[in-house]
Amino acid sequence: MSLVMPLPEQAIMARREELLARLRAILPAANVIADETARRAYECDALVMYRALPLVVVLPETVAQVSAIMALAQEMNVKVVPRGAGTSLSGGALPLEDGILLGMSKFNRILEVDFENRCARVQPGVQNLVISKAVEYAGFYYAPDPSSQIACTIGGNVGENAGGVHCLKYGLTTNNILGLEMVLMGGEILRLGGKHLDSELYDLMGLMTGSEGLLGVVTEVTVRLLQKPVSARGLLLAFPTVEAGARCVGAIIARGIIPGGLEMMDAATIGAVENFQPCGYPLDAGAIVIVELDGTPAEVDHLVAVVEQIARAEGATETRVSQSEAERLRFWAGRKNAFPAVSCIGPDYLCMDGTIPRGRLPEVLTRMDALAKFHGLRVANVFHAGDGNLHPLILYDASKEGEIERAEKLGADILRLCVEVGGVLTGEHGVGVEKRDLMGEMFDETDLAQQQRVKCAFDPQHRLNPGKVFPTLHRCAELGMMHVQGGKLPFPELPRF
Amino acid sequence: MPLTPRDEKDVAEAICAAIAEDAPLSIEGHGSKSSLGRATQRERVLSLAALAGVTLYEPQELVLTARAGTPLREIVALLDAQNQQLAFEPMDHAALLGGARDDATIGGVIAVNASGPRRIKAGAARDHLLGFRCVTGRGEIVKSGGRVMKNVTGYDLSKLVAGSYGTLAALTEATLKVLPKAETEETLLLRGLGEEKGLAALRKASGSPYEVSSLAYDPQGDAAALRLEGPEISVTTRRDDLARFLAGFGGATEVLRADESRAFWTRVRDAEPIAGEGVIWRVSLAPSDGFAFVERLRGAGAPLVAHIYDWAGGLVWLRLETAADAHATAIRAIVDALGGHATLIRADAATRARVDVFHPQPSALASLTRRVKEAFDPRFILERGRLRAEF
Repeated sequence: MSLVMPLPEQAIMARREELLARLRAILPAANVIADETARRAYECDALVMYRALPLVVVLPETVAQVSAIMALAQEMNVKVVPRGAGTSLSGGALPLEDGILLGMSKFNRILEVDFENRCARVQPGVQNLVISKAVEYAGFYYAPDPSSQIACTIGGNVGENAGGVHCLKYGLTTNNILGLEMVLMGGEILRLGGKHLDSELYDLMGLMTGSEGLLGVVTEVTVRLLQKPVSARGLLLAFPTVEAGARCVGAIIARGIIPGGLEMMDAATIGAVENFQPCGYPLDAGAIVIVELDGTPAEVDHLVAVVEQIARAEGATETRVSQSEAERLRFWAGRKNAFPAVSCIGPDYLCMDGTIPRGRLPEVLTRMDALAKFHGLRVANVFHAGDGNLHPLILYDASKEGEIERAEKLGADILRLCVEVGGVLTGEHGVGVEKRDLMGEMFDETDLAQQQRVKCAFDPQHRLNPGKVFPTLHRCAELGMMHVQGGKLPFPELPRF
Repeated sequence: MPLTPRDEKDVAEAICAAIAEDAPLSIEGHGSKSSLGRATQRERVLSLAALAGVTLYEPQELVLTARAGTPLREIVALLDAQNQQLAFEPMDHAALLGGARDDATIGGVIAVNASGPRRIKAGAARDHLLGFRCVTGRGEIVKSGGRVMKNVTGYDLSKLVAGSYGTLAALTEATLKVLPKAETEETLLLRGLGEEKGLAALRKASGSPYEVSSLAYDPQGDAAALRLEGPEISVTTRRDDLARFLAGFGGATEVLRADESRAFWTRVRDAEPIAGEGVIWRVSLAPSDGFAFVERLRGAGAPLVAHIYDWAGGLVWLRLETAADAHATAIRAIVDALGGHATLIRADAATRARVDVFHPQPSALASLTRRVKEAFDPRFILERGRLRAEF
């Protein structure tokens, strides 16, 4: 395993008993988990290849408790790792051996539903899907729908700026929240935004979203609710090649249509899916594109006809249009099962998460193929085709000597390729520990230093979730140094333009 | 004479020089928004007008990159030719602040996070800024974000820079998400409902499945306005459905067709119905509090001359008679009780120096805001005093 985490600080480990005693003064005894067996349940998130036993797990129930825990941690110089449901795929909630794991699972209440202002105030431990279920009776839902939505929590969604198949049309978490309550490392409680639309002065709520638990602990979220579209229909389009599928996706968007969902799978994934749970995908297709159009029935019928016409013009070998809700869901069933299906064709897989400009897709696929061959591994592909977010699944066998390392190397090469063509290292899973050491591929030293200075404004001692996102930890004091000091100017002749 | 850098490196040099001489800089594009915010303690003006031009536009990718000083009208024309748009519909401040119409630059639009009536559906400028390049108040060239729709690589500094009034960094280049233009639009007007009922109709419509993209109430004409955009067939059927959905409210129904509808929303976008003499405020609150806010303000005896509600009541533009404190005390007391914030958009410089232009913050938030400023601009070189007297 190539990952290097900061070495545990022995001085902190040595004060564990004192820390436990003081935590027990803040929380009921049952909410301070010190026993090793019980702590094991928290030793990793969904990126299971990296594990660490947390120093202690705490499960606060009130904002005041969170604040007291943070203030105590700051005072005792102890690190804190916040955790929702632990579904992070990039190791964002990987515990630290010298740190407190702050589990937010007991913050599981919906505090207020306000249909008039189309929003709901919820605690961070509420699962994403639970919000939609709670407002479904009135015809509303919460739009961002990560694949893990049955388990992942809204607090974690804020931490990772989660998306899903709806986000091409309806945006990511950051576009769908109105307010946050958060606790800073020193214990200060802040409220950002509210039920109004625009933040004033610096948009700290936007900054918090996707900050991977490095800036503060979210204790309440105000989410926007949307009215469910009156109707939705799906199209299943088959193409001889991934290139043809990609051209079709581009043509749909160029025509001015932004579908509610726009996904693509390659032949390897189609085969795996049909083998896992047959849902009628054409096995001879090089690629399948699934399009979902939503809105009023008249609009949807109109758009379905246009998309069908575009698909034919782009060489679709088959176009199916859902005639019922059951059929629409059947189109999606395979896509939703793609990950478990792929795990049946290879013992293990590594799910990558890069985003590229959509037009570069054919080139990226060809080069990805070559990279896979070079490393002696196979890759199956599922894409959020509409927004260029790729999920190459690298198949490997962990029981074979050296395969994990080869899979990691291939993954890194794929992400470098994404950046090279103008894309990014992660589209929705976050940097976490997984892609931390690749940050230099996208940003130079100055860019990274500026990001870390933002961290310093929130957490000057780097106690909150350290070791994640940034490849090297700089002390805030050294980040504060100015490159240009008074009297030692590189441009003495100014102004000259 | 403003400094007029030709490229990013020049911008960095100018900022480094200003740091060395402790000479605060004010950043301008065409200056159309220079009277927004507090009056700055500037010694120099850095004009980004020469940093102009679209450097990348890929319609199929829905992405456009432009240098900060690029005129907005140039971008709009370029997009228009491909049937695309900046969906956040940036407002033009000319009606309120004076100056020529259509004279904004993209950098200025981002700096004030200018958004229009479609904000309720499409989001604000901050939602469309995918990435940027800038020179910080440390004189360093920094980039953030990217050019793809989905990106969670590192902190989302785009959100921080949008709406920061140039106080963190001089934006040199912005990459924006662009979207297809709707095939057509129509506006349903309900007249004669009165303010309270008119706003209730808007809120009901905002929770309807008819995808209303803009919702405003203009008390001057007693008109609740609801905009529908999309393919012709969809707009027509939704308009009829919506009219039936709101029939219970009564009132006379009128429909504005495409061009009339566009003209109507441009007036709302630019807050034209409230233009005129006096001080101007912009108040952002929960949509259901819009009317209560205005009622309480009237109750407090404030000399309200004109007002208009956008965003289903969540955005209130006000014009009042001038006063020593621009009525800040009265307005802020009501906003604080309801939740939200109020910004003084127009008053003379002396008033804007005396009164908090931006809503006061609780102390923990205020000190975090200051620390964020310091992370980018520790010597307060950029737009010193623009947001707060202290920085």
